[in-house]
Amino acid sequence: MKKEKILRYIFLLAASVAILTIFLILIFIAAKGVPLFFKVPLGKFLFGMDWSPTKGHFGAFPLLVGSFLVTAGAVAIGAPLGVAVAIFLSEIASPKVANLIRPTVELLAGIPSVIYGFFGIMIIIPLVRNLIGGAGFGLISASLVLAIMILPTIAALTEDTLRSIPKAHKWGSLALGATQWQTIKRVILPSASEGIFSAIILGVGRAIGETMAVLMVVGNAPIIPTSLKDPFSTMTSVIALDMSYASGQHQQALFALALILFIISMFLVAMLRLVSHKRSS
Amino acid sequence: MSDEAFEVKDLDFWYDDFKALEDLNFEIKARAITAFIGPSGCGKSTLLRCLNRLNDLVPDAKVKGAIKLFGKNIHDADVDLPTLRRRVAMIFQQPNPFPFSIYDNVAYGPRIHGMKRKSELDDIVESSLEKAALWREVKDKLNDSGLELSGGQQQRLCIARALAVKPEVLLMDEPCSAIDPISTQKIEDLIYELKKKLTIVMVTHNMQQAARISSWTAFLLAEDESGSAKLIEYGKTNDIFTKPKDKRTENYITGRFG
Amino acid sequence: MKRIEDKIAIGCLWLSSLLVLFFLLVLLSYITIKGLPVLSPRFLFSFPHGVEARGGISPMIVATFYLTILSGIIVSPIAIGGAVYLTQYAKPGRVVRIIRFGADALSSVPSIVFGLFGLALFVSFFGYSMIAGGLTLSLMILPVAMRASEDAILAVPRSFREASFGLGATQWQTIKNVIIPVALPRILTGLILGIGRAFGETAAVFLTAGMALNLPLLPTDPGRTMTVHLYLLATEGISIDIAFGTALLLMIFILSFNFLARFLGARSVKGGS
Repeated sequence: MKKEKILRYIFLLAASVAILTIFLILIFIAAKGVPLFFKVPLGKFLFGMDWSPTKGHFGAFPLLVGSFLVTAGAVAIGAPLGVAVAIFLSEIASPKVANLIRPTVELLAGIPSVIYGFFGIMIIIPLVRNLIGGAGFGLISASLVLAIMILPTIAALTEDTLRSIPKAHKWGSLALGATQWQTIKRVILPSASEGIFSAIILGVGRAIGETMAVLMVVGNAPIIPTSLKDPFSTMTSVIALDMSYASGQHQQALFALALILFIISMFLVAMLRLVSHKRSS
Repeated sequence: MSDEAFEVKDLDFWYDDFKALEDLNFEIKARAITAFIGPSGCGKSTLLRCLNRLNDLVPDAKVKGAIKLFGKNIHDADVDLPTLRRRVAMIFQQPNPFPFSIYDNVAYGPRIHGMKRKSELDDIVESSLEKAALWREVKDKLNDSGLELSGGQQQRLCIARALAVKPEVLLMDEPCSAIDPISTQKIEDLIYELKKKLTIVMVTHNMQQAARISSWTAFLLAEDESGSAKLIEYGKTNDIFTKPKDKRTENYITGRFG
Repeated sequence: MKRIEDKIAIGCLWLSSLLVLFFLLVLLSYITIKGLPVLSPRFLFSFPHGVEARGGISPMIVATFYLTILSGIIVSPIAIGGAVYLTQYAKPGRVVRIIRFGADALSSVPSIVFGLFGLALFVSFFGYSMIAGGLTLSLMILPVAMRASEDAILAVPRSFREASFGLGATQWQTIKNVIIPVALPRILTGLILGIGRAFGETAAVFLTAGMALNLPLLPTDPGRTMTVHLYLLATEGISIDIAFGTALLLMIFILSFNFLARFLGARSVKGGS
């Protein structure tokens, strides 16, 4: 009997590794990052405009703006596309066509971010350069690459939501003489709105945390871009780039950025749970 | 001779390889109630769904033969499906109001067909709910969700919703089988009223119901191993129930099977 | 009028989906066309040399497999153990909710944050090394692996469990002798999928396993994975042909993992235990 009890606790321990890790991450990142704020006030860090670590300036605002911009750009392009593909798969496509498109989306989800970044450098950047001038780095390239990366996430969850809507609503609408699109627009999508919202939040989470692909196409200048042609930076790109040589306060600043990223992603998780609890009640 | 709403000629229907309906020939008289009766699973609902081509949604469904609505074949290439379904509206066995307010449920049909002005919509919502004998019960809570109504009320809501698109034919697939007896009575009275202006085709399990309110009755049966439903007998309800011509009809009506 | 709106809307839906398909095809063919000429035995088996990393990428291939297999080994007991707890011991309630939240939260942490975490914790113990990278990656794929194990265990027919208990076995005996063996093929499938994910990781890897060009032998050796190598070549603009070859090889491995997982998954559904 004793052995059974011990085993139960061993398994419980295994199950708890995840939540323990979350705490460990928080502790270690904070331990390395928070000391920065003894020297540099939090406000100056969050809202300062000058990021020149070599000169001792750690104004991270341009980086925060950068992360926000690429996320917004990715969602602006990726969310409508992802939802459209999901609607197509769930309502329009024949089984044969769906069996072509769905694996395509799943495949896109499995492609490593560094390959997307590589593709961005080789194809998208020259394309953007030809279209609008400048060096090709910047918001458009980064948004395009990120949009494709978050599209599978959004499409998968949206399709699940659409499929879970009772068919009775669809048949009821069609039996009143509504066209397919009217049924989708007026009955199916409104019923699915919370699920679609969750899907987009998941997409936002992916976009904000993405490092490699963004790093390779955003241009890496720690400024707030004023045009579509300006290179800029995100929190993730700066951490990745600087970490190999940063030390001392610089390193602390990078850990502080990581802490911000961690807090944002936990916030998004909490928001997702709230939305899904609302749905199930 | 009163005009025919539907004329069905040599109708065969397949779900993939399974022949669900075989060699159906009959007419549905306009502005009358026609009942389809027969044992369960024998294809009555399938036949109903052929009349508004809702079966088109089923992959691998095949139709042979002709179905004419007021003289025009509904499978002609120039037939617009949404318009057909507006003219031939359907009430389902399980009430299926949309997850909207009562008002929006009834207004849904007119809205998708282009009506926008609030005053017009208000009128049509009120008159449809009146015709469905629901107005007095819900007129003070039009903004409440349609799902909060009782089963019987939900079904009347669905009828109001269908009436709002001003159909010429109302197809009803066992409209009262999921409803309590009191609401059933109300709905039967309602259907009897509606037949003055509309053609009604009703699938029912309840023979007393068919005998009570319908003028014409069709008896369908799938009797051999192939399982295809055939039209065994069709005629005036009175005749079918008091002097059926076919032995199988008589057996069903007197309860020997089904 | 509404028919036009209808047609346009449905046309847009078609267009979006075809666009996505088109993009995938462009991506795959681009990498294949440019990468295929580079793939050769020399590419696969020799070392890079010189500043321009000419030659091959064999240490990267080794490092990638070393790292991902190591992370798979590390994560397996944890994922399976956690899944066992959730499916066999746990009662719905606060504890389960916390565990699930932990898994959800862990899967939402950005990879760069994992990298810094690994740097702060594991690298300070082991230095840049396979083991530091393996531990970090195992935590990254833990949520996926745990969920897959859970699904696998839940797919074991209840009758087996009942039969075992009915014969007087204890819970642990049932788990050890019946449930895990029966669920194992599906668990493996899930693990392979998880490893496939680890395969494509970059940010967490270069911060923990490092970027050194050696051939990793001991777990304490550092190494450079294919993903990191691709990143460095692409951003430094050198040996782009090798970059294409690396990218193509990466895709081939990942697709193979996916097919392997699917194939095994289909077989386990048919064959049972």
